[in-house]
Amino acid sequence: MSESLKEQRVNQPLLPTADQTVGPFFRVGLVYPGDRELVAPGTPGAIVLDGRVLDGESEPVPDAMIEIWQTDETGAIPRESGTRRRRPGSFSGFGRCETDPEGWYAFTTLEPAPVRAGAPAFFAVHVFARGLLAVLQTRIYLPDDEAALTADPLLASLPADRRATLVATRPGPGHVRHDIRLQGDGETVFLAFR
Amino acid sequence: MLAPCAEGGQREGMTTQAEISAEIAQLHGKPSTDPNWAPHRALTDYAPYRSSILRHPTKDLHLTDPETIELTSPAFGRRDVGEAESDLTTMSTGEPLGERMVVEGRLLDGEGRPVRGQLIEVWQANSAGRYRHKRDRHPAPLDPHFTGAGRTLTDDDGRYRFLTIKPGPYPWRNHVNAWRPAHIHFSVFGDAFTQRLVTQMYFPGDPLMPLDPIYQAIPDERARDGLIADYDHDLTSPEWALGYRWDIILTGSRKTWTEPEESDE
Repeated sequence: MSESLKEQRVNQPLLPTADQTVGPFFRVGLVYPGDRELVAPGTPGAIVLDGRVLDGESEPVPDAMIEIWQTDETGAIPRESGTRRRRPGSFSGFGRCETDPEGWYAFTTLEPAPVRAGAPAFFAVHVFARGLLAVLQTRIYLPDDEAALTADPLLASLPADRRATLVATRPGPGHVRHDIRLQGDGETVFLAFR
Repeated sequence: MLAPCAEGGQREGMTTQAEISAEIAQLHGKPSTDPNWAPHRALTDYAPYRSSILRHPTKDLHLTDPETIELTSPAFGRRDVGEAESDLTTMSTGEPLGERMVVEGRLLDGEGRPVRGQLIEVWQANSAGRYRHKRDRHPAPLDPHFTGAGRTLTDDDGRYRFLTIKPGPYPWRNHVNAWRPAHIHFSVFGDAFTQRLVTQMYFPGDPLMPLDPIYQAIPDERARDGLIADYDHDLTSPEWALGYRWDIILTGSRKTWTEPEESDE
């Protein structure tokens, strides 16, 4: 780095490091036992959150990785370690799941509760894949509290068809489902943050 | 569309490096048309990287305010990552083959402040350019003494340090005679979930970088330079290992980093 660049940097924000794709072999470094089980299956209150990752031709993406980060069932933000090595009875709030050959991801977790009354509950979500050069950020909202969803600033700023790409469905008890479409019809809303 | 290359051979009609290089040259320095896509970031819509064609969003990112959960990050601790896991050379009963190297650096936010206690995960090919992965079909030897994965937590200065061996370049099937420059994959958490970063660290002087459509997908030259580690002789240990230094800079806001004086929209 030149001296002049160094001087500039004293007063200016540093240039952030650029993204690169996770590539096809991320399993080597990122997949670990229990990564998709934020709680053990059978834990009281446990739900399955699943769905497919689809490309621009609605074909499954079999080499994507989804990460979720969430509040617990009381709306608290988890501050406990134990994400890479789960601790029974503890909830760290973070999960990671590679997609299977048919593009499915599936987490076992607790339902997030809103951080404050009147706000909708959601999962913060990151999407990575071979062929995807940078992380994509999105949300998965629980579908239940229509008043809270209507009042949500993000959802309120979207037309109905786009809004629908952020709200999950409930195929049955204890089951939340949400597909993520990287491109094309029903393309998921991906976010930039102010 | 691109067909997979026949094992070890070339198929007629497949794209050549010259054609890919021409596409790279045509797109060089062109930023994203998405007003919410920060200019330092790799483009997701980057056809020279063929796998990206059906996997990039076509709509602009939607600008929104982060909620509380997005301004926090998972808490990682010593339970999650043992001290020994930053040494990729001692994961087995014997020593891996290759050029032993240290990579050290700091995890910083956009103001240069250390990001402490955060998780850094790395993975890489072995010295022959082969990953320990069932879908890696490169006919190069696996090394029984190298898994190619490591992790660590940053210290109070934001510092991390890995001991590993230098990864080899390897062929892939983006086009005929496509080779990835040598690199180490890095996965990094910041203090906010919005700072999450997955990237690759490259080595100075690698002749494959100008040819590589993954590396070249970053339109900004300074941002491309930012992925190249510095060789640091002071970090090199006599009769032991070469030293490379690489700092990782996160941002709390992908939108506003270039315009710090301006107020939000």
